[in-house]
Amino acid sequence: MLTENDKIKHLYNRAGFGLNLFDLKNKTDWQKACNLLFKSNSNYKKLEAITLTEVQVAQDKMKNLDKEDKKDLKQLLRENVFELNNLWLNEMINSEAQLQEKMALFWHGHFACRSINPYFDQQYLDIIRKNALGNFGTLLNEVSKTPAMLQFLNNQQNKKDHPNENFAREVMELFTLGRGNYTEQDVKEAARAFTGFGFNKLGEFKFRVQQHDFGNKIFMQKTGNFSGEDILKIILDKKECAYFITKKLYKFFVNDTVNDAVVQSLSDKFYQSNYDIKTLMKEIFASDWFYNEKNVSVKIKSPIELMVGMFRTINTTFVNTDSNLFIQRTLGQILLNPPNVAGWTGNRSWIDSSSLLFRMRLPQVIYYDKDIDISPKEITPEMGTQQMKMANDFVKKLASKKLNATADWTNVLQLFSSSKNIAIDIPNTLLAKKADAVALKAIQINADNSSLQNQIKSIVIETMSLPDYQLC
Amino acid sequence: MKRRQFIQTSGLATAAMMIPNFLKAQENKVLSDSDKVLIVIQLTGGNDGLNTVVPYENDLYYNARPKIAIQKNEVLKLNSELGLNPAMQGFKNLFDEGRLCLINNVGYPEPDRSHFRSMDIWQTASNSNEYKTTGWLGRYLDEKCNTCNQPTQVLEIDDTLSLALKGKNAKGLSMKDPKRLYGTTLDTYINQLSKQHVVGDHEHDNAEYLYKTLAETVSSAAYIYQTSKVYKSATTYPNHQFGKSMKTIAELITSGVNTNVYYVSLGSFDTHFNQQKRQADLLQQLSETVKVFMDDLKVSGKQDNVLLMTFSEFGRRVSENASGGTDHGTANQIFLFGNKLKQKGIYNEAPNLSDLDDGDLKFSVDFKNVYSTILKKWLNTDEQSILGNKYQYLNFI
Repeated sequence: MLTENDKIKHLYNRAGFGLNLFDLKNKTDWQKACNLLFKSNSNYKKLEAITLTEVQVAQDKMKNLDKEDKKDLKQLLRENVFELNNLWLNEMINSEAQLQEKMALFWHGHFACRSINPYFDQQYLDIIRKNALGNFGTLLNEVSKTPAMLQFLNNQQNKKDHPNENFAREVMELFTLGRGNYTEQDVKEAARAFTGFGFNKLGEFKFRVQQHDFGNKIFMQKTGNFSGEDILKIILDKKECAYFITKKLYKFFVNDTVNDAVVQSLSDKFYQSNYDIKTLMKEIFASDWFYNEKNVSVKIKSPIELMVGMFRTINTTFVNTDSNLFIQRTLGQILLNPPNVAGWTGNRSWIDSSSLLFRMRLPQVIYYDKDIDISPKEITPEMGTQQMKMANDFVKKLASKKLNATADWTNVLQLFSSSKNIAIDIPNTLLAKKADAVALKAIQINADNSSLQNQIKSIVIETMSLPDYQLC
Repeated sequence: MKRRQFIQTSGLATAAMMIPNFLKAQENKVLSDSDKVLIVIQLTGGNDGLNTVVPYENDLYYNARPKIAIQKNEVLKLNSELGLNPAMQGFKNLFDEGRLCLINNVGYPEPDRSHFRSMDIWQTASNSNEYKTTGWLGRYLDEKCNTCNQPTQVLEIDDTLSLALKGKNAKGLSMKDPKRLYGTTLDTYINQLSKQHVVGDHEHDNAEYLYKTLAETVSSAAYIYQTSKVYKSATTYPNHQFGKSMKTIAELITSGVNTNVYYVSLGSFDTHFNQQKRQADLLQQLSETVKVFMDDLKVSGKQDNVLLMTFSEFGRRVSENASGGTDHGTANQIFLFGNKLKQKGIYNEAPNLSDLDDGDLKFSVDFKNVYSTILKKWLNTDEQSILGNKYQYLNFI
């Protein structure tokens, strides 16, 4: 059985991005810590990097791309691609609403989507954050009406006379039911029902009556003149949908190896609660099995979880926030830029020889200012070629340099200065479970013992460089 | 060049310990499967196929591209209708020497015009409506490296690993430079940790999996670096990253590293505007390097061992756009190189510009047929389990 403190640590590793060192001292009552995660977030703020007017001005400029002078474009590039990403990353690091941001990251991988229009990205992000712990049906309906998603899945091209099935297919395959729970005929009929789901330049959902197919549809053995909303309702009525979502949540928050009996029982309750996400998550985090040792330190951190966790321990700022993006690109997870609608594969797909080596070197690159010595692949995203070129040039330049971070070690030094045995206390604090003998020995041998400060810093950095630190 | 002279000029004489094996391999006339090497060159960004292999007698081509078409008197003629971009003298020479095979109109049903998505489709060998999480060469590695502890059979010359090389159980290795990777793994701390004895169940235990990956990386880096010292190419390669990468590959092959598949990328070919110079530069890099590479392997006696393939995630639209460039399209050509090609020259019909799908070329060869042919006939593996389906073989090898 885990101790009270270990339970809190495990809870925050999964329901959030890890305890920050301040919490570590102050959160000693598991029940209180758990309740705190679910306290409604009255401070909720939409993240805003750009206004609608700015986007429209930028779009006009884009039309004359050749004439654009570089400075303006650079400005645009930052606003478009990086700023929202950075704003969200900061929330993950600093927000008290840890569960909300962690859930939003889950929904971002679930309703995976990206848009070249930063205003659309912003709307979409607001919806998955705002509804992160709300009602799944509401979330599904709202995401299905975001310009970002409709555009990403080509529903603007889904018209009465020329149906485009992309949106309808992914709604069932990836968002709600999973393969095997619908037929090709269901996809066709649902696509007809979603005709007319569109948006305007202001980023507003528009139902285009002329393009909608008002004929009868036969969907999941039901017949009627179904609208897109009707289709979503019929899907939500199916228990398979609750099971599909619950299983995915279980894999993300508990364990990639599924305990089917547990998932089945959770799924039934989720369905009975009419898809109340908060109720489901409470059930998970309050259960005994969640704290079973076989569920502790078995998840491989995604690049975002790894970064955010480090920065929650050591208060870190980059001279140039592009460094954040560099790490995301090199490790293969860029916020607001998932690889495709299926989201990130997760688990062991994060780890190969080069990504593991870079993960292990990352703390030294950041905190000892070592050379980066690696460059991620060029990207060819669907943004203007000029922008893409600049993004790639930036990365090439950075590859031969340093990340230029400023670290505030105050909290770390304060916490461990009085510690009796820092070479054991630090690893045991920062790792998801107690470090084994070989790792402890390697840490001890390589520690910088020139002063207490250096000793603490070096042990923290070494701990963060361990393969074990990749787990939570 | 006589062998003795070759050995002296290549600096091979200094690697006395390794010579016997190396020479034995060279004298062995019959190729065993383990000696066969595939090199995949990814042209990232969507290379414009119609300005690579130009239908220089086709009015439809010139009508569609008033600004950027390549004129008839400029192309390097392959036959009475097709010619290469003038930047591709290297390919032209290889064509004349019977070491090039050109397959036109390669693609897949329901093509996707997004870079990411279409690249995923090519790299994972999926259909356009399915999402696979492993790459075709990664799954090859799964077959090949079922129980091995050094995944060096599949190697990418880059700092990060592409999805194409990620299998279910095994993942390829990526590195730009054997020496640099080796240097990284020599870091005291990393090296000590890699010695952590793995006894547990890495199939199910992620901690064991991480330590196993680390140990494999460190031992693979040492193996590749040590072996690569056997042979240093005396050939001068073009002085750009792609040239360097191909030189590294030539040296690894000749040194006898046990790698069967090399993967390398060149880009970006995403030429939405002012296409001509940008594309010509890249095609020049590609063409001159491949020619030097093939000739280098001839010198080292390894030319029968290699098959080289280029691909891009899509071709571009038939009509040029308003900015002197081209937008995302569909079907495209694949080039194959080797000394053992069964069919040399132009494999199939030229693109049909009078039968388009909404302004885009229609494919006539599914790229999965190309993969299936290579996996079966060249790498001699069970291609059906790797591709998940039976795809008919082509006849280029």
